[in-house]
Amino acid sequence: MQAFNKKLVRDFWRLWAQSLAIALVLACGVMILVIAIGVERSLTETQSAFYERNRFADIFASATRAPNNLKREIEQISGVSVVETRITQFAILGLEGITEPAVARLVSLPPSGEPLLNVPNLTAGRMPTPEATKEVVVNETFALANDFQPGDSFYATLNGQKQLLTITGTALSPEFIYLIGPGAMMPDDQRFGVIWMGYDPLASAFDLGGAFNDVSLRLTRDANPQIVQDELEKLLVPYGGTSPYGRDLQSSHMFLDSELTQLRAMGKSIPPLFFVISAFLVNMVLGRLISLEREQIGLFKAVGYSDLAISWHYVKLAIGIGLFGVILGWAIGVSAGYALATYYTVFFHFPYLIYVNSPDTYAISGLAGIAAAVIGAMRSVLKTTKLSPAVAMSPPAPTRFKQNIFDKLGHMLGARQPVMMIIRSITRWPMRASLTALGISMSVATMIASLFMFDSVDVLMESAFFQSNRQQVTLSLAQPQSRAVLADVENLSGVLRAEGMRTVAAKLSNGHLSRLVGVEGRDPGMDLSRVLDARNSKIVFPEQGVVISDRLANHLDAVIGDELEMEVLQGQRGTYRVAVTGIIQKYFGIGAYMDLDFLSALLQQQPLVNAVNVSIDATRIEELYSDVKSAPNIGGIVRWDQIRQGFSDTIAESSSVTTTIYSLIASLIVVGVVYNSARILLSERARELASLRILGFTRSEVSFILMGELIFLTIVAIPIGFMIGYALAGLIVSSFSSDMFTLPLHVSRGTYGYAGIVAFTASTASALLVSRRVNRLDLVAVMKTRE
Amino acid sequence: MKSVFHTEGITKVYDTGEVQVFALRGVDLDIYAGEMTVLLGASGSGKSTLLNILGGLDRATEGRAYFKELELTAMKERKLTVYRRDHVGFVFQFYNLVPSLTARENVALVTEISPNPMRPEEALAMVGLEKRIDHFPAELSGGEQQRVAIARAIAKRPEVLLCDEPTGALDSKTGVKVLEALTRINQELGTSTVVITHNAAIQNMAHRVIFFADGRITDVKVNDTRLLPHEIEW
Repeated sequence: MQAFNKKLVRDFWRLWAQSLAIALVLACGVMILVIAIGVERSLTETQSAFYERNRFADIFASATRAPNNLKREIEQISGVSVVETRITQFAILGLEGITEPAVARLVSLPPSGEPLLNVPNLTAGRMPTPEATKEVVVNETFALANDFQPGDSFYATLNGQKQLLTITGTALSPEFIYLIGPGAMMPDDQRFGVIWMGYDPLASAFDLGGAFNDVSLRLTRDANPQIVQDELEKLLVPYGGTSPYGRDLQSSHMFLDSELTQLRAMGKSIPPLFFVISAFLVNMVLGRLISLEREQIGLFKAVGYSDLAISWHYVKLAIGIGLFGVILGWAIGVSAGYALATYYTVFFHFPYLIYVNSPDTYAISGLAGIAAAVIGAMRSVLKTTKLSPAVAMSPPAPTRFKQNIFDKLGHMLGARQPVMMIIRSITRWPMRASLTALGISMSVATMIASLFMFDSVDVLMESAFFQSNRQQVTLSLAQPQSRAVLADVENLSGVLRAEGMRTVAAKLSNGHLSRLVGVEGRDPGMDLSRVLDARNSKIVFPEQGVVISDRLANHLDAVIGDELEMEVLQGQRGTYRVAVTGIIQKYFGIGAYMDLDFLSALLQQQPLVNAVNVSIDATRIEELYSDVKSAPNIGGIVRWDQIRQGFSDTIAESSSVTTTIYSLIASLIVVGVVYNSARILLSERARELASLRILGFTRSEVSFILMGELIFLTIVAIPIGFMIGYALAGLIVSSFSSDMFTLPLHVSRGTYGYAGIVAFTASTASALLVSRRVNRLDLVAVMKTRE
Repeated sequence: MKSVFHTEGITKVYDTGEVQVFALRGVDLDIYAGEMTVLLGASGSGKSTLLNILGGLDRATEGRAYFKELELTAMKERKLTVYRRDHVGFVFQFYNLVPSLTARENVALVTEISPNPMRPEEALAMVGLEKRIDHFPAELSGGEQQRVAIARAIAKRPEVLLCDEPTGALDSKTGVKVLEALTRINQELGTSTVVITHNAAIQNMAHRVIFFADGRITDVKVNDTRLLPHEIEW
């Protein structure tokens, strides 16, 4: 081996602890990049393969009752390649083992038995035979949650008729990758499922013979979706049709898409942070190494090594450190990425996973990692080229210090000399101090930007579950009914109080801006489910006008006093003008609210309700269930206590894992930054500190000088980290928020405290680790040697 | 005369694994209160090793060393630190000033942790640097830096001043100034001063000269008449 390369290997060995500290930070960046790219590509690939193979539709619409021969007219629309008409309805199920009623979405299969679009992917058993009326396929997750096998049977109430259905198979569908029940906020596989069954039994149960109420289309490649949607709407309007929508508003696709967007954002935004910190650390460590090896560099030049050869020598050292981090990052990234992709596959209910593990992921992340190390090395390496051999071989000029304003402050406060040394070191190298502090701040910010989610969810849960929705149960009615139904509901077993409301699908427009929303009509006396203002007090709706959520107000660019156009999309359709009388904050969905009487007057109808919020005597819940299962006009039931519990469980489960991972990552950053800073300070000051030991300073007094600077920078960095963290949290909230879900921005004192303590502890521990070396200072050597 | 330092059979062996190097081979020595002593010898003769042991920086392999009644060779690291802090002033060949502190602050560094110090300004005045008080080391000449180091060493009013080649890095003219400062302190404060040097010219300003060779004391000479620093040349 060349002598030069031997030096390289030995340098690397000598610096192993510092290299490891840098490599770990770099590895985090590489790992996240590998995971994010790998998972995002795998999921995108899996999604598009699943969509393609199972012919996921492009356009969706529903109607009340449209004749089957309308299908031919739909097929005539230019740009339409395939049309599938179906019946979809909801049914209440009676399942053994769970007393509360479950709900299922019923989807008809064509008489041929083979759907053209949104094809269910059988995972077990077979499809129902076309002539069988009681055979069904259920979605796999529902079957798993309820321990159903092909051959098992259960009862379902279809439009008031109780039927025993037999499972012939289980399936996954591109349409229901993410499945959420009506009125629910979280998936509940046990109590909400999808049932595919023959067209005839469904049509006869729901009195839809020769008709359909749901249509999906696949478009030709050159089709204009908007024109197709408009044409389709025209055809469906006479049959109670709602506005057609594309995949972008299909709830399963929407959710999946927002997850993928988040993954993409994570891959783009987080790794650069780690790369920048690594570059800074390499800069610091190599800078010190080169200043220590100044005389050697002079010697190399004197004996004839070129500037290029010497530069390349140090760049190779940086590449070594970079490679170390990259390999570490790849190793963790590839296994964690596969595990995460598999987790997502199960979470989203993909039937399979196409794991994309392409070389360019490694090329990109590896190059980025090594580039960070090399860029970090550049400043110091360029310095070596500027050293002339004669200058390099003589000792460096002593560092010059100047009095400055901070000195005066120190003197005024009667600071002792060790404190003055700390002040001068910081003010003499402000850039280094700032970057060290910034590194620590970023680690604090990383923790806050990830852990604030739990605080925000707490706020959201408090608002959504304890302030707004105080009902225990919401019953949805199969058909809108007059308020008299409330008295019937109050007669059900265990019901203490029943409050009705009405939701109407409508398009709200302000000029050219429009949005599809469910407009809720509410009675002023409603007290179980409440709409709250920013100060959490109940809003009493004005007798006229509409109150909208802030997100909807943004979409429509509307302020209080604006008049909106409201196009009702169901029942007797009509267009009305309503004034915005209030804007509220809302976390789930984009809502619009009206006084029920005002809404009814607008629609020129008697006040009708289609959902009833109920408070119950918890001890009689079982009786209520059995009443509900046999009540023909109740289409669904949502239990809020279960939603609350499900939400809490999900959060608690992910909370401990997430907290651990992010605390670990943040600690790695702090250790990387503080350990290296401490080693460098020690190296620069070894002689000074040993001299102080000779003069009679104790080990702890000397350690104070070494650690004081870093502890001080940590204390300064933590509040800055709080601010950066809060700003990052704000960015995350805005990128995270969709029409389905808005996260409130809230960082609790506990989160600030936790992030601060973790950073402070990691920083102190790293500094302590280095300050133990103070004990090993060679006092005798210092007596005799020049620096 | 009373001894400040007393040693009995001090031996120091550096064990490198393959060979044993004897730095000191049974040194018996007394250094008296108020005396200026020069330890003279070639490099490697053992004089620095002895100074390090007397200063509480290094441990003897065998033998005993006393500072007054304190047995240095029996003291633990923590006690030795307190000993250095309270009783010993050090002057180094390369000054070892803290570059980020001014002359005054370098002295204050020591006075802040001493039980009965003089004011830093006073100490700097004794070495003739009252005008350079707010300068940083990088703004001072080598001789000035060494005088700051002396001021720093004496500001705590130590009983002994240990100087390891104090003029080793200086030219003769600046060296003389440093020696003047040492002489003045020895006379005015009565501080026992031990100077190690391989510069034979310096021996003439001492009360006593102890010659070292090969880890042993080879000769002790008492100067009946001492030269003043400005009379010395090298």
